[in-house]
Amino acid sequence: MNTAIAQIGLGPYLTVSAALLVLGVFGIFLNRKNIIIIMMSMELILLAANLNLVAFSSVLGDLSGQVLTLFVLTIAAAEAAIGLAILTVYFRNRGSIQVEDVATMKG
Amino acid sequence: MVQLVFYVFATILVGSAAMVISARNPVHSVLFLILAFFNAAGLFLVAGAEFLAMILVIVYVGAVAVLFLFVVMMLDIDFTKMREGLQRYAPIGGVVGCILFVELVMAGLHWGMSPVMPAPITGGLGQPGGAATNTGALGNLIYTHYILLFQLCGLVLLVAMIGAITLTLRDRPMGRRQIISRQHERKRADTLEMMNLPLGQGTDANGGFIRPNDSYYVTAVPGSYGVPAAEKREPGEGDAE
Repeated sequence: MNTAIAQIGLGPYLTVSAALLVLGVFGIFLNRKNIIIIMMSMELILLAANLNLVAFSSVLGDLSGQVLTLFVLTIAAAEAAIGLAILTVYFRNRGSIQVEDVATMKG
Repeated sequence: MVQLVFYVFATILVGSAAMVISARNPVHSVLFLILAFFNAAGLFLVAGAEFLAMILVIVYVGAVAVLFLFVVMMLDIDFTKMREGLQRYAPIGGVVGCILFVELVMAGLHWGMSPVMPAPITGGLGQPGGAATNTGALGNLIYTHYILLFQLCGLVLLVAMIGAITLTLRDRPMGRRQIISRQHERKRADTLEMMNLPLGQGTDANGGFIRPNDSYYVTAVPGSYGVPAAEKREPGEGDAE
């Protein structure tokens, strides 16, 4: 176990991570109309997951958690790129990014 | 000392995360997101994951957050209208958030590690006291045990890149594109014409130069080169396009 995290312990990391997760979920509800903020909230949720993975990896002395964090980072980056591309195209076609209108995107 | 560093990072992280979801201006949200990522990188450093901390700064702050900033600034959106439903949805969100937090606290109070733990794939974390650095140990693991997943990550990124380009690429009618096959097919006689002009006469009397036959701006239309302009042009049609 790493000496720094041995002094702190797992609990504070999990608490910070839980707070981030709750803030992310709350942000999705709070900004129902602004899809950009919703995507940022999703990034916060993924960051909370990453923080958990890194904390456990460090405490347990197993690097697999950090490798998983790397993969989560990759997927998050890909998701942000695709999501923002869809958002740009949608704004170009509709002139707005209202979340309520996105249901018309079928087909 | 380490505790102090941890709590500074954690406080700023949670505070800036709260600002991300509550800032009025989305540009401020993105900037607070960047601050949150920096502090998360600090927490990663405290946990001993140096490589991931640097990756977080490079990938998230350098790429993803800048992408968000770019999109927020590029789209011309009335963001004040978007905050209309705020009061309506805030109680629901608060209730869901509280429930989630209580559940997480309950889970956090009652979980325990299994006494039977599988052995780590690699020995140790590669801390300074050990044999390798964190980056080296991570590289050993990625390129041996997780090689397939690592390559699949690259594939996911490739698909994301192609998808983003395909989604946002726009075929402008006025744009000029390079058509490689047409470039290769082009002969010298298509574009270059040697004329023996008698003294005192212009090219117009001899049929004119070879030039793009429709207009200057639609040269990307296939077959638009190579026909002498005077053959194509209607009599009386001016040069003004």
